[in-house]
Amino acid sequence: MLDYRVLPAGDTALVIEFGDRIDRTLSAAVLALAQALDTERVTGIVETVPTFRSLLVHYEPLVLSAASLTALIDDYVRELRVKEVIGRVWHLPVCYDPHFGIDLDDVALRTSLTSKQIVERHSAPVYHVYMLGFLPGQAYMGEVAAELALDRRASPRTSIPAGSLAIAGRMSCVFPLETPCGWQVIGRCPVPLWDPLRAAALLAPADKVMFVPVSAREYDTLRTRAAEGVLRVEPVSEFVGAVA
Amino acid sequence: MTPALRIISPGLSTTVQDLGRHGHQRLGVSVGGALDPVSFRAANALVGNPGNTGALEAIYVGPSLAIDADDARLSFVGADASIEILETADANAGETIAPMRSVRLRRGQVVRVGSIKNGAVLYVAVEGGFAIEPVLGSVATDGRGRMGGWHGRPLSDGDVLPLRRAAATERDECRLEGFDLIAPHRIRVVLGPQNDCFSADEIGRFFSSEYTVTAGSNRMGMRLEGATIRHRNGFNIVSDAIATGSVQVPGNGRPIILLADHQTTGGYPKIATVISADLPAVGRLPIGSKISFTPVTLEQAAAARRELCAALDAIDDKIVRLSPPPAAVAARLTACNLISGVCDAAA
Repeated sequence: MLDYRVLPAGDTALVIEFGDRIDRTLSAAVLALAQALDTERVTGIVETVPTFRSLLVHYEPLVLSAASLTALIDDYVRELRVKEVIGRVWHLPVCYDPHFGIDLDDVALRTSLTSKQIVERHSAPVYHVYMLGFLPGQAYMGEVAAELALDRRASPRTSIPAGSLAIAGRMSCVFPLETPCGWQVIGRCPVPLWDPLRAAALLAPADKVMFVPVSAREYDTLRTRAAEGVLRVEPVSEFVGAVA
Repeated sequence: MTPALRIISPGLSTTVQDLGRHGHQRLGVSVGGALDPVSFRAANALVGNPGNTGALEAIYVGPSLAIDADDARLSFVGADASIEILETADANAGETIAPMRSVRLRRGQVVRVGSIKNGAVLYVAVEGGFAIEPVLGSVATDGRGRMGGWHGRPLSDGDVLPLRRAAATERDECRLEGFDLIAPHRIRVVLGPQNDCFSADEIGRFFSSEYTVTAGSNRMGMRLEGATIRHRNGFNIVSDAIATGSVQVPGNGRPIILLADHQTTGGYPKIATVISADLPAVGRLPIGSKISFTPVTLEQAAAARRELCAALDAIDDKIVRLSPPPAAVAARLTACNLISGVCDAAA
């Protein structure tokens, strides 16, 4: 059985913690438990929030006590040995032009790589979406190549534009909205990851993402189509991955 | 013409709020909603609205609003504030009323809410509510996500908020009686989830120290000044999800209580979490408030939550009809020819 801890986050939420590090096995366990609880629609569970290593379960304590919920979670985790998580595979265009990648020079200096090498290294992996958080539709994707792993900027920027692609440590994010940010910005994605009209996120945890470098001209074309609401981005495939 | 409330001046930061946008935190969408849901519900109750109807939340300085409807019934619930009713937008002075009541206003009249004292927030509800489309089931303003409320932002001069009702219903005005909004000095918390990031000594210091609410506070978090809390092994943890009321301790050791607009996930250890029953009181704490924390068990927290639910259910019992002003009483009595009759009898 999977090793885990149950920690109270106040009187209306429990943290189901599978570990304290970023790890795909832990992520798979978190996402499998989230899917199991969400499918079951347990009375008294309000919502679940998956993260890298833990699942936050919001509940109504006057309907379902912490003790009952803890016992229930234990039953679910026992059943979690092999679960199938359905994810989608996306190819997201990114323009790594220095006009958008405002920290490329800084990253080059700190990694002793050229801009071209940074782009090659960043666009090579198939990224795993661990979780959404911080801003609506913001996906945390890993892992960034070890050579590109850098600490956050010493002084965060007060504002970066929507669509900015940035890295910090082994994580990469496309920031769906204009926001303050301490990460290194290396490009921009023309595809909106958050649809404010439908209030929908493009990506979901367990999805796989590949970044496809595009020119500034292609970026402009895609951006214009997105602004006109005619840019349709579909996953290139679905996969079923065995987890935990 | 669409009935509306027109914003003449927005105050410091006035937003449309309800009880929050639940069920979408997994998408990175904050819950948000009223900082003090108890006052918020009472404001709605005073104008006969369902408890979750969108209302205005003013922080520290209230707005000036003009009535662009035949007439409208408004209520004001929260901290102390001077509320002035002006006959027109150009009038210099008007009648002043106290909060905790409803009032019926005619087209062209202006209500000017001044500075808010002895508390952080004041709610302005309007009978029937605003004609604003919910986003993900809520009209709460999400400033970071730029959605919900009025175009996803605090109100500004000239905004015209459409109302669902063109006129107020015929009924007496009401006020709240015995409705206590005093914030407790001791805030009850449940230890954790990351209390193991702190030594027993540091946890002891957290519970024995007095903290002051600082000016850096906002709808996302209440920043506290007082004893700094040291971490056992650094202050970076792998991000996990955040519950409202969590007390996070960043690198500088100064605790922050995460409030309604907190981001969904974060990477600082959370030493304790304010119990749900004490969140409304925390939400109304103004800058400069002195607080301390006291640990309780989950069972005690559940009992407190049950009490809060009972108190919310009892709000309707605290609504009494407002006695009409003395001049109106005299006029009505005269009209009924009762005063002279009484005087005659006394003579």
